[in-house]
Amino acid sequence: MEELLKNYQSVADQHAIHWIKVGQTGDFPENAGACVKYNFKQIAVYYFTRTNSWYACQNLCPHKMEMVLSRGMTGDSQGIPKVACPLHKKTFSLEDGSNLNGEEYSIATYPVRIQEGNVYIGFVD
Amino acid sequence: MKKVIVIGNGMVGYKFCEKLAAHPLRDQFEVVVFGEEFRPAYDRVHLSEYFTLDSADKLLLASRDWYGENNITLRSGEMITSIETETKRVFTHKHDYFEYDYLILATGSAPFVPSIKGVDKPGVFVYRTIEDLDAIKDYADKLKQEGKFKASVLGGGLLGLEAANAAKELGLQTDVIEFSPRLMPRQLDKAASDMLQSKIESLGMKIHLGKNSKEIVGEAGIEKIDFTDETSLQTDMLIISAGIRPRDELAVKCGLRTGERGGVYVNNKMETSDPAIYAIGEVALYNNGIYGLVAPGYEMAGVAVDQIAGGEKLMSPSIDMSTQLKLVGTEVASFGDPFIENDEITAIVYENKQRGVYKRINIVKDGSKLLGGIMVGDSSDYNTLFQLYINAMKLPENPEDLILGSRGGESKSALGSVLDLPDTAQICSCEAVSKGTICDSITSGACCTFSDVVKQTKASSSCGGCKSMVTDLVTATLKSMGQEVKETICEHFEYSRQEMYDLVKLHSIMDFDEALDRHGKGHGCEMCKPVLASIFASIYMETANRQAPIQDSNDRFLANIQRNGTYSVVPRVPGGEITPDKLMVLGQVAKKYDLYTKITGGQRIDLFGAQLHELPLIWKELIDAGFESGHAYGKSLRTVKSCVGSTWCRFGLHDSVSFAIRIEDRYKGLRSPHKLKGGVSGCIRECAEARGKDFGVIAVEGGWNLFVCGNGGATPKHAILLAEKLDDDTCIKYLDRFLVYYIRTAAPLQRTAPWLDKLEGGIEYLKKVVVEDCLGIAEELEAEMQELVNQYACEWKEAIEDPQMMKRFKPFVNSDETDESLVFVPMRDQKMPRPW
Repeated sequence: MEELLKNYQSVADQHAIHWIKVGQTGDFPENAGACVKYNFKQIAVYYFTRTNSWYACQNLCPHKMEMVLSRGMTGDSQGIPKVACPLHKKTFSLEDGSNLNGEEYSIATYPVRIQEGNVYIGFVD
Repeated sequence: MKKVIVIGNGMVGYKFCEKLAAHPLRDQFEVVVFGEEFRPAYDRVHLSEYFTLDSADKLLLASRDWYGENNITLRSGEMITSIETETKRVFTHKHDYFEYDYLILATGSAPFVPSIKGVDKPGVFVYRTIEDLDAIKDYADKLKQEGKFKASVLGGGLLGLEAANAAKELGLQTDVIEFSPRLMPRQLDKAASDMLQSKIESLGMKIHLGKNSKEIVGEAGIEKIDFTDETSLQTDMLIISAGIRPRDELAVKCGLRTGERGGVYVNNKMETSDPAIYAIGEVALYNNGIYGLVAPGYEMAGVAVDQIAGGEKLMSPSIDMSTQLKLVGTEVASFGDPFIENDEITAIVYENKQRGVYKRINIVKDGSKLLGGIMVGDSSDYNTLFQLYINAMKLPENPEDLILGSRGGESKSALGSVLDLPDTAQICSCEAVSKGTICDSITSGACCTFSDVVKQTKASSSCGGCKSMVTDLVTATLKSMGQEVKETICEHFEYSRQEMYDLVKLHSIMDFDEALDRHGKGHGCEMCKPVLASIFASIYMETANRQAPIQDSNDRFLANIQRNGTYSVVPRVPGGEITPDKLMVLGQVAKKYDLYTKITGGQRIDLFGAQLHELPLIWKELIDAGFESGHAYGKSLRTVKSCVGSTWCRFGLHDSVSFAIRIEDRYKGLRSPHKLKGGVSGCIRECAEARGKDFGVIAVEGGWNLFVCGNGGATPKHAILLAEKLDDDTCIKYLDRFLVYYIRTAAPLQRTAPWLDKLEGGIEYLKKVVVEDCLGIAEELEAEMQELVNQYACEWKEAIEDPQMMKRFKPFVNSDETDESLVFVPMRDQKMPRPW
């Protein structure tokens, strides 16, 4: 199962090579997550309306290796935008993917850009 | 740098390494550990779980990497064959030698094998290591193929019963043979042993007490065991678990002082007769005893670490042998001196053969002190009793209340408040954190919140069983320092749930964003969003569809997420009454969507394994057949369970099914601080188990008795009588008042029982509010409930009729594919998720 994790490596905005259009802004729920597919990857996308910010990360929760993070609740902890896994409420920073409960797991995050109402996610592969 | 060699990598040997690795002077030591098993240290306490685990690694106390990361050299599979004390060297079976400054003997013990004739026959096993278990399993598999199913365990002590359970788990017909006239002779008296025996025998095992084995008989394998009383027992294999023998061979060989019956003599610094050599765990003979429990072993490891680092920690003068555990599915506990009884000391005994419960406490005759006790079948009082015993605390006026519960009058915990405990009282037993440590972390200024305390002291970080005690301590300590303690919802709202409820109502706040703008900050989080969602639902009866993103993750998709991210579907079946036609619809839908089907505890049917995109399709069919959402995913009314009542039952007094349906239909969809469950029984036999619910109604001559604030779960509580002999309408009226009052005032995720515990004045006050209307709000509460009832709508029907709401059930925004990563495996003609 751990091999699944290798599919997901964080991408920094400046390193992204391919910007993939995954939908229009109106296709995504406000202040919640939705999932998109890119090749073999499942990517969770979140739109925070209060700061008009978009975030993307792996849909795979590294704790039990299930494709569920897009269905988790969003929010912030001391200002850090985060998502809580719907299975066991492990929370992850959407800025750098680190675990906010002080555990080892972390997740990969991806850059998001909005252009003319379209949502793009940056990948290196 | 001092060289430390540890011989033995069992639980205690590992604990020594763990404690040394965390010691401030750790850098002064070079540590090498020898373990004769090839695996790093594992959890022997939970050895019997090995058969149900998919990998032995899950029993490891720390991975092999851990040792490297902590600069500890682990040499497993390597045996030390001798110690040379003059040159301070140890020799391995490969004839290498290693020098030491300090030597730690943590060699543990080996199973004691009595010298019975035939004990060396194939088919005779011991029960100590993972390899032993593998050998037992292989042999059992072989037997089963030959059509043989009988196993026996020699030894009816704690370990013997564990072994017997393991044999039973392997599908063998298991007998237990014990030399003494009772089971667990060190922990239980005769009556407790009898109770445990009848419990175990009801599960199909047989117990043979007072049996002295003479010979193990058989040609190729075992056929039978002959006893000295000329009886015999047919069996195909034998597992010996008749006690332990300290592994003191090395110590004997190098001339250390050892006990007559084995064990390496140690003083209260864990030093052996050679001051450079320490012994810890089951090999150590301390105060003339060998202690086969992990807790004393762990304490010894801590003392040894402290001593070699120059500290002054000493071993406690007396070793506490209290234990609480589950044996063959039965709760068993024994603490202090379980048997003591003399002129000054008297025993109070409670025995209930119908429920299979036996409890005994030994107290000083003047009622001042608790000295020990035994519990079989129900050990829920163990923590309270243990604290009273270990801290030598004053007992309540009627000590029998300790095991019987308070009968009549206001109920009060025997312990009183956690604040009454002495500073030395251990609050978190997993991490050995005392009350004093927790309070000091706050008074010293190092911590100011519950989470600070958890981080700093590690209390409550392991099993979490002490969380409520730690919370109470934090709150009380802060209060005593003159700090205002507010139970705020989270960092985004500095208000309690009740205050937020009032603010939302007062300012007619309509949505979460508005609440954040006016009274909060940030984006919110997974704590405050569901709390606000629940408040909006309770005030405006809005369904989970209107503000889907703030709903807890199950409510957002109107279904219960399961292990692999699929969902379960539970339609409402009011009162558990269902027509054959509707039952067939459930069967057809389950078949069509290939759902795993199970009856729930609340008289409903749960359909598991539905994928996100299938939920609306499934619900469309269910709704067309007349079903409604069962709200099994919500903090809301679940079911009102009923017995069949007077319409069919020859004992029934009133029609419990009709009343249950009326109640369930009235409160369906009602959202609350936590889930709500109800029950209605048609007579005092109470087949609906209504007193295990948040509200329970029981038929008596002349009406219904209404009980409130019970629950099952981790802390079972019986509901308490609120009012007697009510007619239908009055009962509903009181229920309306009770429920709205609870919804208004409870903390988030606080069920009715803990809510009542915290309610000042308790049940007597609740009676005044609900029955006597002392606050003058009864009419208001009733009107509020009526309004909520009027506005009920099935949220699944609402969802499938609105295309916008349906968008959330699409697995991928940019694709119409479904999630192919899901894997199911077959199980008993149905399916289950691939295990984790």
